[in-house]
Amino acid sequence: MNPTIGVIVFPGSNCEQDALEAMTSLGASCKLLWHNSPDLGDVDGVIIPGGFAHGDYLRPGAIARFSPAMESVISFARSGRPVLGICNGFQILTEAGLLPGALQKNRGLKFLCKPVELNVQTTNSVLTSEAIKGDSLTIPINHFEGNYTCNDETLKELHAEDRILLTYKNNPNGSIGDIAGICNAQRNVVGLMPHPERACHPLLGSTDGQQLLRSFIESSRL
Amino acid sequence: MSEPIHRTLGLTDDEFQKIIEILGREPNHLELAMYSVMWSEHCSYKSSRIHLKRLPTEGEHVLVGPGENAGVIDVGDDIAIAIRIESHNHPSYIEPYQGAATGVGGIIRDIFTMGARPIAIMDPLRFGPVSDSRSRWVAEGVVSGISGYGNSVGVPNIGGETVFDETYIGNPLVNVLCLGILPKDRLVLGRASGVGNLAVLLGATTGRDGIGGVSVLASAGFGDDEEDAEKRPSVQVGDPFEEKRLIECCLELLDAGLVVGIQDLGGAGLSCAASETASRGGVGMDFDVTAVPQREIGMEPFEIMTSESQERMLAIVNPENLEKVLHISEKWEIRSSVVGKVTEGGQLRIMDGLDGPVLGEVPATSLHEDAPLYDRPMAPPEDLSERKDDTPEEHLPESNDVSEALLSLIQSQEWITSQYDSQLFLNTVAGPDSNAAVLRLKHPVTGKDTGRGLAVTTDGNHRWCAVDPKIGTAMTVAESMLNLACVGAEPRALVNCLNFGNPENPNVMWQLSEAVDGMAEACSKFNIPVVGGNVSLYNESQGNNIDPTPIVGLIGVINNLDTSPPGVSWNEGDRLMVIGPPAKGLSGSAWAFARSKKNGQLAQVDYETHERLCQTIRMLVNQGLVTAIHDISSGGLAVAVAEMAVQSGVGCSLARVPDIESMFSESPSRVVIAVDPEKMQSVEEIIQSQDIPSTRIGLAHGEKFTIKGLVDIELSKVLEQWEESLPRVFESGTTQG
Repeated sequence: MNPTIGVIVFPGSNCEQDALEAMTSLGASCKLLWHNSPDLGDVDGVIIPGGFAHGDYLRPGAIARFSPAMESVISFARSGRPVLGICNGFQILTEAGLLPGALQKNRGLKFLCKPVELNVQTTNSVLTSEAIKGDSLTIPINHFEGNYTCNDETLKELHAEDRILLTYKNNPNGSIGDIAGICNAQRNVVGLMPHPERACHPLLGSTDGQQLLRSFIESSRL
Repeated sequence: MSEPIHRTLGLTDDEFQKIIEILGREPNHLELAMYSVMWSEHCSYKSSRIHLKRLPTEGEHVLVGPGENAGVIDVGDDIAIAIRIESHNHPSYIEPYQGAATGVGGIIRDIFTMGARPIAIMDPLRFGPVSDSRSRWVAEGVVSGISGYGNSVGVPNIGGETVFDETYIGNPLVNVLCLGILPKDRLVLGRASGVGNLAVLLGATTGRDGIGGVSVLASAGFGDDEEDAEKRPSVQVGDPFEEKRLIECCLELLDAGLVVGIQDLGGAGLSCAASETASRGGVGMDFDVTAVPQREIGMEPFEIMTSESQERMLAIVNPENLEKVLHISEKWEIRSSVVGKVTEGGQLRIMDGLDGPVLGEVPATSLHEDAPLYDRPMAPPEDLSERKDDTPEEHLPESNDVSEALLSLIQSQEWITSQYDSQLFLNTVAGPDSNAAVLRLKHPVTGKDTGRGLAVTTDGNHRWCAVDPKIGTAMTVAESMLNLACVGAEPRALVNCLNFGNPENPNVMWQLSEAVDGMAEACSKFNIPVVGGNVSLYNESQGNNIDPTPIVGLIGVINNLDTSPPGVSWNEGDRLMVIGPPAKGLSGSAWAFARSKKNGQLAQVDYETHERLCQTIRMLVNQGLVTAIHDISSGGLAVAVAEMAVQSGVGCSLARVPDIESMFSESPSRVVIAVDPEKMQSVEEIIQSQDIPSTRIGLAHGEKFTIKGLVDIELSKVLEQWEESLPRVFESGTTQG
């Protein structure tokens, strides 16, 4: 049985169909879940896709975290099942307190859309289990607020617990410790700024995103 | 004595008399305000309509031609593509961020009005020189506005091009093209029908922003800075989040078959939407101004009817479906209000409550079809023949060191394009900095990949058109076609945005007429239908008209997109070759203009050769025989090759490029290819069989960029100029004043 992945859709989300297309091409079943319903249905994993939930008004993710679906995502995550936040999804997970730290405006104060090189720091997470430690992946970024930050204590913890999953080879946005993606202490909630779904088809320039999304599908199977 | 009110609204005395004839009485203030916006140059095309008729508009794939909200073409597999181009030049000079942002918002609404999901945007931009800090302020604001609105609303920006030139110093051009995709059987037209049906206003509240945007702003030139700054309230303010929900809401309404017709509110606001839907449907409408949700208190009826507040749509709904329509709107958090009713006859009546007094009443069609039509006087410049004789070749420099000249002509636009989301929807096979943008073609409902692709390009060249507006425009069409050929695509349809100066100047009208003739000739010869367009006039500042700048957008189809088409990057060891006739003349070239040599004569496009060249290129590309390819246009062969070298990271050594003319000529129908030596024989066989001239010019190799006897520089130096010239100037700051 292929796992079923729920993709949460907020007003203003815009990468939900892309996530669905990429995950489906890798063998998952997907369904879109409207933010206003607390019912996640019978899903094995949850993706919070990229976009501009609630227009990013106030601050990215600040309003989205109050949606009824998010309460259910929080319990889903606490039960140990896999949750992935991509870009705006990462921002929402930090606002919801499922991941530490915050995403602030890029160094240089410009929106940035371009492929970047990432280094795989650990394979111990639901996002990187199928990747190779030390490998380099080419995956696009697409954000204005992707500059990860956290206090010193958290940064030490992230390092000590091997929770930094992916780092930028040439830091494009000023993120502390070149961080592109992290996980929670239980390693089932992951967030990253780059868009793996945009690197899953040979015509789109890279298929490196497949390793990450495949890891997530495999983790959802468990 | 103070000015009569119709003049302050931008209407002439003759136009005022015409309104009196139509109504059989003097119009009241509300009616006058409606005529003034609808009869503005921007809405009525009163100076250009007479010329636009000469463009060919029919073709076997055309589903909807000019005159609707967007052109629509059939691309096979039961898929149709809606395409439109617009200008937002004037607001963008006054208020760059919002001017550009609302340009994006407006064109997206035009596309989903047709029932199509917007899938791509392209922005052809023109600014004053980067050395001017005010021009940098405009450019930075415009790019941020496009980025801020377009990324958030969720439509990828896949290309377009930016030119900096002194002709645009007081009047930038901000054009925007949008593509939408729809199942062929869901085409919707913006018209009302069915007496008793309801007009439902969807989206944002109506405020005092953008009043007179089309008349005060877009239909007059610029004067002194202080007066221009006072026009700022005529610029609208955009909200991409509202627009995103509006797109989803309207597409869901259309999917469910709940609306009879739908129309966006753009220039001229409710006056335009109400009268256009009624007049296209051959019906009338009673319109209740009090039912329009208002952003501010105390708004006058004329303000409500002419406001250009953004993110609003007018849907025509059968009363039986009203409940369902309101329900879907609520899901998307979209405000919806019944504001009118379709009536018999053809009168548009503005009411104070549907049972209340009539505030204004005009024949709906009179706002469009009776709009004035001018055949304005035209005259070529008096010194035209002397200018033709003054060719740049007369002024070639003594020195042979042309490295600096070359370096000054190359500049990566990544600083601009990396601020746009170019990849959303997973379609973008080739984005900005390509010969043409390439998108995968997936069915809009099933998502099934057709294995085919769409290719789109926007092109414009004010230098060519300044030298000769007719040939220059024909060359622009030819360049677009060649750009599509470079990605293996056949052209299907063209849209245009005609950016010109003050139409009351006979020289400007002559430029416009010549440009239309050039476009008509090229499109007829190439069998490309024109499915839509936009005309932007009064692009002038302090009495100076911009150089004529017709922009074309060309869309084509790639029949087999199994692999990515070649880009501009070559490999070490590739052989380099120019295909096409020899370079001819420097008139209109970037090289000549940089030396203030702005006269001369352009080489005529040889349509038959060009068509054959494009066909040859498509064969080479589609058979996978070339590593890299680049058309020769702005900057000539030298710039084309330099752009290929820097993007490959591999240098080159060229011979048989003997002089400045062969380096920098921009004469038409030429392309550079890079070929793996093992494929050289097949390439040459095809070129010979098609009877197209070609010249081997050198080798992709090493870390130097050399043109025998003319240029010998390190590739790293070219790369530094390419990558850093634009970011460097913007880091030096901007000023608004």
